Amino acid sequence: MTTAAKKPRRPARLALIGACMFVLGSAYAVVAPTTVQADGGAPAEIAAGKALFTTNCSSCHGLNGEGTSQGPSLVGVGAAAVDFQVYTGRMPMAIPGPQAPRRQNTFSASEIQAMASYVASLGPGPAIPQPAQYDPAGLTEEEIAQGGELFRTNCSACHNFAGNGGALPNGKYAPSLVGVGGKEIYEALRTGPQQMPVFSKGALTDTEARQIIGYLNELHEQPAGGFTLGGIGPVSEGFWTWVLGIGGLAGFAMWIASRGARAR
Amino acid sequence: MSTSDSRQVERIHPVPDPGIEEHLPRWTDVDEGAATRVTRQITFMFGLVPLLSIAFVVFYFAIDRNATVDFAGLHAPAQHTLMGLAAGLAILLVGVGAVQWARLIMSDHELVGERHTMASSDEARRVAVQQFADGVADANIARRRLLGTSFAGALGILVVPALVTLADLGPWPGPGMRKATIEKTVWAEGVHLVTDVTFNRIKAAEMEIGQLINAQPEVFKDMAHEDPAQFQREKAKASIIVVRMDPNRIKIPASRATWHVGGILCYSKICTHVGCPISLWEQQTHHLLCPCHQSTFDLANSGVVVFGPAARSLPQLPIKVDGQGFLVAQQDFNVPVGPSYFERDSRNDYQEGQD
Amino acid sequence: MAKPTTVAADSPALDSTTPTQAPPLAKAGGIAGWLDERLTIGALSKHPNALRKIFPDHWSFLIGEIALYSFVILLLTGVFLTIWFKPSMAEIEYEGSYQLLRGVPMSEAFASTLSLSFDVRGGLLVRQIHHWAAMLFVGAATAHMLRVFFTGAFRKPRELNWLIGVGLLSISLIEGFAGYSLPDDLLSGTGLRFVDGLVRSVPLIGTWAEFFMFGGEFPGTLIIPRLYMVHILLVPGLLLALIGGHLTIMWYQKHTQFPGPGRTESNVVGYPFFPVYMAKAGGFFFIVFGVTVLMGTFMSINPVWMYGPYNPAEVTAGSQPDWYMGWVEGAIRIMPNWEWHLGGTTWSWNIFLPGAGLMGLLFTGLALWPFIEAWITGDRAEHHLLDRPRNAPTRTALGVAGMTVYGMFWLAGGNDILATMFHLSLNDVTYVMRAAVFVAPVLAFLITRRICASLQRADRNRVLHGSETGVIVRTVDGRYYEDHVPISDDEAFTLTQHAEYPELEATPAHDASGVAMKPLVSKSRARVRRWYVAPYVGKPTATEIESAHDHGDHADDPALESGDRKALTH
Repeated sequence: MTTAAKKPRRPARLALIGACMFVLGSAYAVVAPTTVQADGGAPAEIAAGKALFTTNCSSCHGLNGEGTSQGPSLVGVGAAAVDFQVYTGRMPMAIPGPQAPRRQNTFSASEIQAMASYVASLGPGPAIPQPAQYDPAGLTEEEIAQGGELFRTNCSACHNFAGNGGALPNGKYAPSLVGVGGKEIYEALRTGPQQMPVFSKGALTDTEARQIIGYLNELHEQPAGGFTLGGIGPVSEGFWTWVLGIGGLAGFAMWIASRGARAR
Repeated sequence: MSTSDSRQVERIHPVPDPGIEEHLPRWTDVDEGAATRVTRQITFMFGLVPLLSIAFVVFYFAIDRNATVDFAGLHAPAQHTLMGLAAGLAILLVGVGAVQWARLIMSDHELVGERHTMASSDEARRVAVQQFADGVADANIARRRLLGTSFAGALGILVVPALVTLADLGPWPGPGMRKATIEKTVWAEGVHLVTDVTFNRIKAAEMEIGQLINAQPEVFKDMAHEDPAQFQREKAKASIIVVRMDPNRIKIPASRATWHVGGILCYSKICTHVGCPISLWEQQTHHLLCPCHQSTFDLANSGVVVFGPAARSLPQLPIKVDGQGFLVAQQDFNVPVGPSYFERDSRNDYQEGQD
Repeated sequence: MAKPTTVAADSPALDSTTPTQAPPLAKAGGIAGWLDERLTIGALSKHPNALRKIFPDHWSFLIGEIALYSFVILLLTGVFLTIWFKPSMAEIEYEGSYQLLRGVPMSEAFASTLSLSFDVRGGLLVRQIHHWAAMLFVGAATAHMLRVFFTGAFRKPRELNWLIGVGLLSISLIEGFAGYSLPDDLLSGTGLRFVDGLVRSVPLIGTWAEFFMFGGEFPGTLIIPRLYMVHILLVPGLLLALIGGHLTIMWYQKHTQFPGPGRTESNVVGYPFFPVYMAKAGGFFFIVFGVTVLMGTFMSINPVWMYGPYNPAEVTAGSQPDWYMGWVEGAIRIMPNWEWHLGGTTWSWNIFLPGAGLMGLLFTGLALWPFIEAWITGDRAEHHLLDRPRNAPTRTALGVAGMTVYGMFWLAGGNDILATMFHLSLNDVTYVMRAAVFVAPVLAFLITRRICASLQRADRNRVLHGSETGVIVRTVDGRYYEDHVPISDDEAFTLTQHAEYPELEATPAHDASGVAMKPLVSKSRARVRRWYVAPYVGKPTATEIESAHDHGDHADDPALESGDRKALTH
């Protein structure tokens, strides 16, 4: 270094150091790796979720959600699966059996969110959907009619033409969809709870899922030609034929013949 | 008491016949006031009928089509309900009134009628037999038996041409016709698999384990509009389901090692029992249940029957991926799809344990 | 119109005003006279006695009328439906008023059914009335057949009418199936697919029958128009003809009657056709019609718009046929998967046996029963008095066993509904039903026979000892007995009026010199006869009744004297 240049003054040196620090700090902030979170939940929420999980779920699903002989692995099932199962009261499963029935949910929304975030952190999976993904508002009549076609091709074989549910082998069943919210249906489609297969976005887009939900909503509002007698088709129709029809008319017959010498 | 005459039937009446019961008059027979009351009731019922009929006509024209009745669990169109109620009550009241009239006002004296044995008297039989004999004699057929038999034969044989005219009821399902119809489907090398209803091609890499897709051949996209009748016939054979399972958890025989794509298998959707479409798939057990008669197939074991009345395993369609990663068929099914028939050669269907 | 008050011959019960002599019909003015001058309708008063024909009065005789009136209702509502229904499988895109199927491709048949349901005023009402009437028609025909069976009304001379009835029942099943398949909806189309598989599976001729029925492969474009022809022309024509025959025979032979005082095998006691029976039966027509209309109003049936149009790639959980086909459905479901693969042929016993086999068995058995029973009992007499079911215990037990088998198959047809409704395993229900169809009817037979025997014994006790009063009397020396009141002569006669069948001895199979000959009564027939009459409890004889009434005062009863309590129950 030659002495021809003048030495920099003190305040300028400070400013230069500050500028370098700023530049370096920003560069670090940009390139530094973020913590791995599939749903981007806050660490506090995940910790709360882990605590709830340990208490309520780990006995069957393992301390780290890796699965045991009592319950499958939850790695990769996603927040949507937790939201669906816990919100509908199916999980925690009260009694082991062929299927977890729908029950009263006892967890608050924030608790479910916490558990969902924790499970989501175990591995990437379907996220809890936004209303735009499952709300059928804005669909045209033709689209909702196509929802009916999709429903009858994909869903009615298990859930029945009106969503009243159906039988599966060995004590399992496809539950009724009457009164079930769009968010639940969407989550069930994407996560495939228990025996239900998965219907992923590649084969059934969000719009198509909304069409199915819209169809079901409107179908359940439709006026029927009278009392629906259970909505399970010819079996109940045959039952009432005999009970009310033949029974009632036989009653009338007994009334008609209730006079005359023989009747005394 | 035993007897060898099979016609012997005991007809002893230990209690003598007391004769028809004494007729007891009804209250309406005895009491003038009661009779008048009942008559008024009946007339009132008949009188309601025109009112209900008018109500029916009013309902027919005046009620808004879209109005509904919502009452005690009933959610039905108002016009339908009110019209039915009016008509039903009107008709019912006619009947109830008539029956009340018969029960309470009309004479209820029981009368006795005579029965005659069904067999005609000996005399009548003799006359009938004689008449028949006279007729036969008049026909002069006595030594001309051929006349009678040829007549009967001529009449009888006319049935044959009549029946033969029904021979065009349908095409004759000989071996060639069967090969061209029930023994083949539209699946062939290179035909793309597409989602049912929406006709989108299926990317193998996007299928998740546990996923089920109800699918069709892509050729249906155009056939649906161009030839709807043929479309329905082909759909009844070519409908398929695509499922993805973990290949390490399922049984894939050596003969079918090339039929799947990384655990994505394709099966016929048409049950081998009587042809209902099946898509009741259990993700965890890999069983496929037909809702019609509960035949159950194990898709993790080449579609063998594990329960129910189906006798043959579900046909599997060999698939592969094309250049862009979409699923395509390699060939048609190797066995006829759907329900059994007599001429079906069922030796090529997959048997349990086969390799 | 003239009102002749002619009285039927031999009417001992009439004690009221002397009947006035009827004026000759020709003197009557108006239409009656006009017709009489062309058709001799006045002669109707004699052979047959038309206007004043006697009809016995019992509520169970009205069940067949439910079927008859339902048929009339079906004809009336059916004509209404044909005005709008289009029996065509040509495909269109729906643009009607039911929003949820907008733009969906469907057949004209389905679209016209939607139009009937939503656009034609009263269309849904008539559709539903029509379908309920069809269910009632088959149900009432079945109930009527059971009534006729259990009361032995099929015996000579009514075997022909029984055969006509069995024929009516069997073709009504086809009629109903054809009818509900016409709208071409998802549920009935699935049923048609089943029939396609069923027909196809028939050994030797299956593919031919299938191709001829559908005009080629399933579904084709011909099955709906063909079923339409069957449903509105062919079968109704057959039904009308058979119903006409059924009623004519019944009219000519006169209706049967229950045993009772004054009722014999050679008379008929009841009310005259005009006016009483006409009013009761005619009134019942309006009642049946009214009830059916109200059912069509308030009870939803076959909501085809919810099922959607038929699509061979779609199906609904809980697919069942209408109730009267449920038993065949059940048989198909629980049948094990027996199929023979012989060389290049396939023999589908799993479909053919429960399908064609079982239906053939039922209707053949039903048709043959009157002749089988006549062979067993050797009864060649005419019967116009009905049996009380308890007095024909083996027949009744067989009938209940038959109903039980039918019921088991019917339950099996709804095995998935049973599973979901009662939280059972579908597979377990199927296994249980496989056993139940064999075990349950045997149990039912044994239990029913026992019950009939006890009822007969109870009747016998009533005749001998009278009616229990519930009044306990204590005698001076401390014995207790229940007071009985003798039953009326009317009741005693009714309870002892039935016929009894003595045992048959097998006649020798060889004559005196050892040459074999055909026995009058074979060993097997004697054995069957013994089994058939085994549960009969004999009627009390006249002397037994006499002596039973003699010791009406139990103080004199020697059994009481000796303190032998068992003898008291006789």
